[in-house]
Amino acid sequence: MQLISCPWCGPREEVEFHYGGQAHVAYPDDPAALSDEDWARFVFFRDNPSGPFAERWSHAAGCRRWFNAIRDTRSHELLDVYRMDEAQPARTGTS
Amino acid sequence: MTANFRLPVGGRVNRDEALRFSLDGRPMLGYRGDTLASALLANGVHQVATSIKYGRPRGIMAAGVEDASALVQIEEPFPEPMMSATTVELYDGLIARGLPGQGRLADRPDPARYDAKHVHCDVVVVGAGPAGLVAALTSARSGARVVLVDDQNQAGGALLGSDEYFDDLGSPAAWVHEVLAELRATPGVLVLERTTAFGAYDDGFLLALQRRTDHLGAAAPKDVARQRIWRIRAKQTVIATGAHERPVVFADNDRPGIMLAGAARTYLHRYGVLPGRRIVVFTTNDSAYTAAIELAETGVDVPMLLDARAVPPEGLVAECAARGIEVRAGHAVTGTEGREHITDVHIAPLAGTGHPDTIMCDTLLVSGGWNPVVHLFSQLRGALRYAPELGAFVPGEELPDVQVVGSAAGALDLASCVRQGGEAGRAASEAAGFTRPAPVPLPTSDARVAEAAAMVLWQVPEGAEPTADTRFVDLQRDATVSDVLRATGAGLRSLEHIKRYTTIGTAHDQGKTSGMIAAGIVAEALGVKIAEQRPTTFRPPYTSVPFAALAGRDRGELHDPVRITAMHSWHVAQGALFEDVGQWKRPWYYPRPGEDMADAVLRECRAARESVALMDGSTLGKIDVQGQDSGEFLDMLYTNMMSNLKVGRIRYGVMCGVDGMVIDDGTVIRLAEDRFLVTTTTGNAAKILEWMEEWLQTEWPHLRVFLTSVTEHWATVPLVGPRSRDVLASLAPELDVSNEAFGFMSWRDTVLDVTGGVAARVCRISFSGELAYEINVNAWHGRALWEALMAAGEPYGITPYGTETMHVLRAEKGYPIIGQDTDGTVTPQDLGMSWAVSKKKPDFIGKRSFARSENNRPDRKQLVGLLPANPATVLPEGAQIIESAHLPEPPVRMLGHVTSSYASAALDRGFALAVVRSGRDRIGETLYVPVADDVVPVTVTDSVLFDKEGTRRDG
Repeated sequence: MQLISCPWCGPREEVEFHYGGQAHVAYPDDPAALSDEDWARFVFFRDNPSGPFAERWSHAAGCRRWFNAIRDTRSHELLDVYRMDEAQPARTGTS
Repeated sequence: MTANFRLPVGGRVNRDEALRFSLDGRPMLGYRGDTLASALLANGVHQVATSIKYGRPRGIMAAGVEDASALVQIEEPFPEPMMSATTVELYDGLIARGLPGQGRLADRPDPARYDAKHVHCDVVVVGAGPAGLVAALTSARSGARVVLVDDQNQAGGALLGSDEYFDDLGSPAAWVHEVLAELRATPGVLVLERTTAFGAYDDGFLLALQRRTDHLGAAAPKDVARQRIWRIRAKQTVIATGAHERPVVFADNDRPGIMLAGAARTYLHRYGVLPGRRIVVFTTNDSAYTAAIELAETGVDVPMLLDARAVPPEGLVAECAARGIEVRAGHAVTGTEGREHITDVHIAPLAGTGHPDTIMCDTLLVSGGWNPVVHLFSQLRGALRYAPELGAFVPGEELPDVQVVGSAAGALDLASCVRQGGEAGRAASEAAGFTRPAPVPLPTSDARVAEAAAMVLWQVPEGAEPTADTRFVDLQRDATVSDVLRATGAGLRSLEHIKRYTTIGTAHDQGKTSGMIAAGIVAEALGVKIAEQRPTTFRPPYTSVPFAALAGRDRGELHDPVRITAMHSWHVAQGALFEDVGQWKRPWYYPRPGEDMADAVLRECRAARESVALMDGSTLGKIDVQGQDSGEFLDMLYTNMMSNLKVGRIRYGVMCGVDGMVIDDGTVIRLAEDRFLVTTTTGNAAKILEWMEEWLQTEWPHLRVFLTSVTEHWATVPLVGPRSRDVLASLAPELDVSNEAFGFMSWRDTVLDVTGGVAARVCRISFSGELAYEINVNAWHGRALWEALMAAGEPYGITPYGTETMHVLRAEKGYPIIGQDTDGTVTPQDLGMSWAVSKKKPDFIGKRSFARSENNRPDRKQLVGLLPANPATVLPEGAQIIESAHLPEPPVRMLGHVTSSYASAALDRGFALAVVRSGRDRIGETLYVPVADDVVPVTVTDSVLFDKEGTRRDG
């Protein structure tokens, strides 16, 4: 059972968290202006890298706060966690 | 009647406490401190079971968890299958039966209690042998919180099976006692005996099974949990799990009386038991010499030691000679004789001079070397390396925060073990933030040290392939060398595949003695190097763990939290049947004497439509939305407009995902300019709150909105039916309940005439199409409200109803249940709810998807009603809908399926809701529903089947 460091609560067991998919996929400013294909890309398409991946997590059974994490999808190691209002830490190969 | 193989003195058994036990009906005596296996050997019993496939007699081959053959079923005091005789601690009254590889579960509930405990520490040490003890003590002296886990009933590890002396310290037992005493006296140190660490996981998480009262048998106190799962979270892990001896494969290597040499030493020194009276030893390394010498010193006849190596160790050979043991170098066992017990050993030179011979004996001890117990390290995905000098896999890389020491790392002598233990203990405590601890003096011993390198020998070479192969690789699975060769002959190369093909290593022992040998034989057969083969993956658990222990206290009522409403006890007293909705217990229906479910539901429906009825709606999810941007926020979440809702008014709302599919629905109440209360379906409350938080926190953090779950704060009672206004009026003297003053989709706060005045919020909403009020009070007053409504409604025959009636009433009106009539592929338009989708709002979640071409296909599945041709028919929910009256040959084109189906009192017939391709265009058509061998004709209708005009909602 992995430990995940909630930026607000500190390390907690993974069962307290919910996964929220890829981070930094902004809701489009004007969805109506998008083509069907561009909209479908926003709705259905996400990156699937082998390596560091910026993701959203929610400390669902704790403080209920959403935060971002960079996880290495090969090892599941969480390389960084950062609050929603913090910039993504620089890291080569990060999506 | 039984032979006595117990030495007059010695061993760590308590000879003052004799214990009665039996195997297969044969009564015997043993001592406190025995295992079932040692007690059997003391009685001269080697055979424990017969083998699963060939029915061959099988005995005790080891002294610990690695044993592959001595399986028993415990019958008394409580039935327990698949126990290894070598790990069952003896207790008085133990009744066991030998098992041919398959046990039998108890036919009665287990009265024992099981539990779990969490512990956090700086350093966990697995194994209380010399390496583990030194590691634990070194860490403890630094001030670190240490947990020491050991699977035996006493610490010492390999020392328990030896008679060596420690220089300066005397017996190893005294040293072990001293170390343990200091550990126990150190604050923050936890020593767990009889505890098997069976699983190692991420971030220093370790699971261990503690057998707390198993060894007490029927005398175990009932108030103490029999077994406990320890969930250990450690900053640093030290694995000191030792090594398992490995046999050598030869013909008829499975007879009772054939045993690992190290096991014989354990039986001799720990239990004071001789394995036999005339013992032959067969080895590939120096360690078994000690067994031969020590047994000879007890006066047992040890005529011969066969050393597979051409050049045996001189010093040890001399020691053997001094005790009358003939050492034959370059020799091996080629076969054995005997029926239920070995009687003779056939030997032959492996190469060069010498001639085959046959030696009489009653015991054959075998040593093919030692396999480090790398299970936990491998479970952590640590890579293993083949060590050719050992003929075994050892840890092949460094893992962060994990150290493997002693025999588990391939060190087979005491000096290396204790040195590594001390180093690991120091490194672990320093890594955990503690200062350099005072060093622990390391014991030195007089034990014989290895003189010569070991030889790696998996099997004794055989001239011709035997017809009926008795060269057993996995005794428990009855798998032989021929089985391995059949696998490689069939083209299999991967050990994982061969393991599955031959089943080697898949029994209760998980191949602890057979896995390495199988790998070796495979490599020989394929002509490849073992080092180039990937060993099979070690997975938890290391040893069998009872499901009862894993379940712990989470059984029966404690299996899952149960949520009940403030009125629950009333429902129970009225004999309601309950339905689980998430964790909630909801009344399903309230049968009267003699009624079945159908009768009760028809009666409850009639009451709601004809007079007045009430239900417990407290489980509805309720989210309090506060803050000045609440309206803007809800506008984005719901398909319809919420920001223009007036204070005092209520609006029904639909929520969609970004893909435009409905995820939930409910009502939105505007409490103030900056405050709303939204409701969710019962099962979705937590999910919807998280959904709202996700958007608020990740996408629109600038919005000043705060969300709070208030589901349990309120007791909620829908009061339904034409007479509901009368009932409410009698309880709400201050409230003008007229339709003009209190219209549909509005709410009022008032004080109810309930136990001296209870504040209530009354909402005029209806999920049944009838005149209805949803009365909300502080949950504290829920039961009082309920009883007051029952009393006030008595003149009208007020009737409580459950979820089933609620479903029927709403289905008659075509109101969908999200998650029952929808499945994540249904849009508001598919449900016929375009009226709930705002045209004015520039955007909301899902809006853009409604414009996708896929969402505008005319053949989308749409919600419609179905009326079976025979009014008595109630279609099964989930039934498929087809176009033809006869079931065509597959593939059959499915038009959709029945989502809700009931018998209706109001319609006096069965009816259903369904999602059907182009459903709304098919209204009036006849479609067909295959049910078992029948095909039922149905007429497609509008989804609203009752009171289409909505005349009933105002009373």
